[in-house]
Amino acid sequence: MAKLVGQNYTPPDHVAKVTGRARYAEDFRAEGMLFTKLLLSPMPHARVRSIDTSAALALPGVKAILTADDLPDLNGAERALTNEPLYAGEPILAVAAVDELTAAEAVERIQVDLEPLPFVTDPIESLRPGGPNARLEGNAWGPPMPGGGGPGAPAPLQTIKWEAADFGEDEDAGRLPMGKALEEWSYGDLDAGFAAAALILDETFVTQSTAHHPMETRSAMAYWQNGKLFIHASTQSVAQTRGNIARWVGIEPTDVMLICEYTGGGFGSKGGGAVSMSIPALLSKKANAPVMMRITREEESYIGRGRTNLTGRARVGFAKDGRITALDLFIVQDTGAYGPLGDHRSAGLAASLIYQPPAMRWRAVNVLTNTPPRSQQRSPGPMQANGIVEPVITKAAKQLGIDQVQIRRMNSPEGQALFGPVQPNGQRNHVTGAFVKEALDRGAEVFNWEARKARAGQRQGSKVRGVGVTVGPHGAGSIGWDSIMTIRPDGKLYVQSGVGNLGTHSVMDLARVAAEVLDMPWEKVEVIWGDTGKHLPWTCPSVGSQTTHGMTRANMAGAEDARRKLQELVALEMGGSPADYAVGGERVYDRRNPGVGLSFAEAARRAIRRGGKFDGHELPEDINPMTRASATALAGLGLMGVAKDTYPRDGATYGFVIGFAEVEVDIETGGVTLVDFVGVGDVGTVINPRSLVAQIKGGACLGIAHALFQKSVVDPKYGVSLGDRFHYSKPLTILDIPRSMHTEAVGLPDPGTPVGAKGVGEPPVGAGYGAVMNAIADAVGVDVFRRAPVTADIILMSLENGRRMHEPLRAHV
Amino acid sequence: MSLTRRNFIKGVIAGGAVSSTAYMFRGALPLLGQTPAPGSVERLITLVVNGQQRRVDVMRQETLAMTLRYKLGLTGTKLGCDRAECGACTVLVDDVPHYSCSVLTHTIRGRRITTIEGLEGAGGELHPIQRAVVDEQGFQCAFCLPGFVMAATGYLKTNPNPTREELAHGVSGNLCRCQDYDKILTALMRGAEYMRRT
Repeated sequence: MAKLVGQNYTPPDHVAKVTGRARYAEDFRAEGMLFTKLLLSPMPHARVRSIDTSAALALPGVKAILTADDLPDLNGAERALTNEPLYAGEPILAVAAVDELTAAEAVERIQVDLEPLPFVTDPIESLRPGGPNARLEGNAWGPPMPGGGGPGAPAPLQTIKWEAADFGEDEDAGRLPMGKALEEWSYGDLDAGFAAAALILDETFVTQSTAHHPMETRSAMAYWQNGKLFIHASTQSVAQTRGNIARWVGIEPTDVMLICEYTGGGFGSKGGGAVSMSIPALLSKKANAPVMMRITREEESYIGRGRTNLTGRARVGFAKDGRITALDLFIVQDTGAYGPLGDHRSAGLAASLIYQPPAMRWRAVNVLTNTPPRSQQRSPGPMQANGIVEPVITKAAKQLGIDQVQIRRMNSPEGQALFGPVQPNGQRNHVTGAFVKEALDRGAEVFNWEARKARAGQRQGSKVRGVGVTVGPHGAGSIGWDSIMTIRPDGKLYVQSGVGNLGTHSVMDLARVAAEVLDMPWEKVEVIWGDTGKHLPWTCPSVGSQTTHGMTRANMAGAEDARRKLQELVALEMGGSPADYAVGGERVYDRRNPGVGLSFAEAARRAIRRGGKFDGHELPEDINPMTRASATALAGLGLMGVAKDTYPRDGATYGFVIGFAEVEVDIETGGVTLVDFVGVGDVGTVINPRSLVAQIKGGACLGIAHALFQKSVVDPKYGVSLGDRFHYSKPLTILDIPRSMHTEAVGLPDPGTPVGAKGVGEPPVGAGYGAVMNAIADAVGVDVFRRAPVTADIILMSLENGRRMHEPLRAHV
Repeated sequence: MSLTRRNFIKGVIAGGAVSSTAYMFRGALPLLGQTPAPGSVERLITLVVNGQQRRVDVMRQETLAMTLRYKLGLTGTKLGCDRAECGACTVLVDDVPHYSCSVLTHTIRGRRITTIEGLEGAGGELHPIQRAVVDEQGFQCAFCLPGFVMAATGYLKTNPNPTREELAHGVSGNLCRCQDYDKILTALMRGAEYMRRT
């Protein structure tokens, strides 16, 4: 692999993006289109007793009103509208009218009689004896159902309250109380590990929730034609969203036509679409007209998802040389009004992987609160694990007199490193490969760690600098997905891509691999994407940094299938055996006599003439039904490569990014300036270098924002979110980053996948988060803060008072 | 306890509830003294959009972003917040960047408006900044792209040879949530260079 993979290129959608021709969901119009406005719950928890819509319906121009009663039952899972709002801002009903002003006026004329119910915004408050439950059915999610349960499975909700004695001393000291856990695993001899430790630290850290706030809100427009739903919406995963919409609307997946060529960001909040898509879909059916739902930024802050906030307590034993001897981790996760989410589990596994403790225990409670719903947010879990454990490592290194890079290097994973508990098969899991030490060494060199370390801690007027480093991990690949591609009589290669186009370019990158295998010039490759009506294969969701790994494998399988078929076809046409023929230069030709052969265009024509497996009329047995339907629709257009990825994989695929940060703290104002940041990835073979460094920078910037500013604030008295604007959620701006940032990858292929590529989107988040907070601790002291974001007031007040001055445990402040 | 939504709202407001959630209570508060009634009077005005005279009926509370997107079909201008926070809707009014979500259309009759659709040359050739963004692959999801490009276009008219620091300030009214601001800045600096050459 060399011609295309690893080379920069211009993705074919770029001109549309720079000219404004790229159309996102809200850019579509339909004849007679109505607009909808939502009525949101003003209460954090209530029951709808009655709704009087008469005054609204009497308003000229009002066409239909949709309530929860119009939605299919989803077995207790979240629906787009509700009769029991579980958070302030949850939609109760939607009005469709001829224009938005009329719809808004109609919403104001509706009388909703709400019965207030108990609510709670802080997970620890819900765990107190007699504390309120967020939901009538309970306050916590138990462990996953055996066998997973699948989508729509009944919720294993339960009620858990801790004893008063569990709080006492720990709470007074600002440590997370550790009552009964609902989930637990361990491996190794924890007691022996702590007994062997020269230093034991026990620290509590509060990570924050933040709204995802993609630039494009979850606006959607829907209409019905010939009994099918046509919906223009915003999703990270076109192929994977179709089935979700069908379930939310109550129709068959084959009756959903989802169009989403461009997605204005998601960061996990649009992983498989958004449940709110069912509002315009069902309103359109009720009103018998197209319906546009424009979601405002304020609405997005409620329904647009947020990161789970974890309060974690880490007790860590260290040998004198810095090696970790034992890690005991306890997590209280706030999963918001819905869930369940697995950040707490991913956090435990990530801690086990990147710190490689020989003995570890992980315990967790996954608590519900009446706060806006969460979903996975870019590095869900591993990033929070960095937040919880990194301050402990930093403090230990200072106390033991060990360099911060060295202590992380000696404890870092190497090769097929083991992590997590013993699996049902009796073995601990392992990664396919880890080159963390190589990335740490490279990063220290590029960052000039030693020189920067030497100047850290020196006062220059009111300014003091500090440096920090963190290994950010994340799962980085799945397997078993399908691909479809056709070589057509025009001589071009058409690659079907079911990936969402959310800006990572993986939607196009996967076709580079197919073109490489077939030795096809990139100019002759057409990527078909963004519309389920265009016959897309069964594709991984673009979450969890899995797409590059999963879909390069699938497209390699499809391209190898096409290559095999070209060889078989030409052998049938021209004699000899398939092995006599090679593929290259847009031809399939005789290896011994390269003048003999067929052009791709001619091979495509002959494939169509022969039919059968050559042009997609006979399909492999093991492909997904969605792939089968799409391939069937495309049959006869050319020579078809269609396959499921069945390449072996030994272990779990993880990617790593090492973040190095230098900050300057003004101890008179508490202000932090990020002076420099370097990120080095161990993320496998690089497919698209320019996009890869952009992913590391963008991901790191999300982590940096979490270290410095970004948060969600909820008023505990009224239960309403106060972060309903960009301004209040404090995202990073262009002025908050250094004037230049350097990121790169070690580029060592992952041993577990034939293409060598793995995901990169998520590992940099924890790297940015941890590195910046570690650098602040290096500058002003390792005990100044134990929560994020590390705002100026925390730094200033703690320094002035000579002790930590912030809420030790409370969430959403 | 039984209460209607409106009564609850009034109670919360009387109790000093937070102003940031006031939008939920829109009906309970006068919204800029407007009556957002259907059939609100529209008036016919003339705008000069991307060099063309456009006659358009606008309501008095209508923003330029809505006029461009819903009446003139120019959907390249994006709405990211509709509250002057993110800059995705930035267009040029007489060469000066404006948040089109916060400009009432009827206040700019006769003024020159340039949107992302108006940057290309007559023959469809890309504007130097557009070319630079393609060359540098400057954006990811690109929803913020039109706003950034328009802000940079306006800024470079006042300072054609900026430092990275200066240009960063020039586009600091624009948010990106994919957040590779470093590459955005590199692409826009390249755009400045291309503009100086043309």
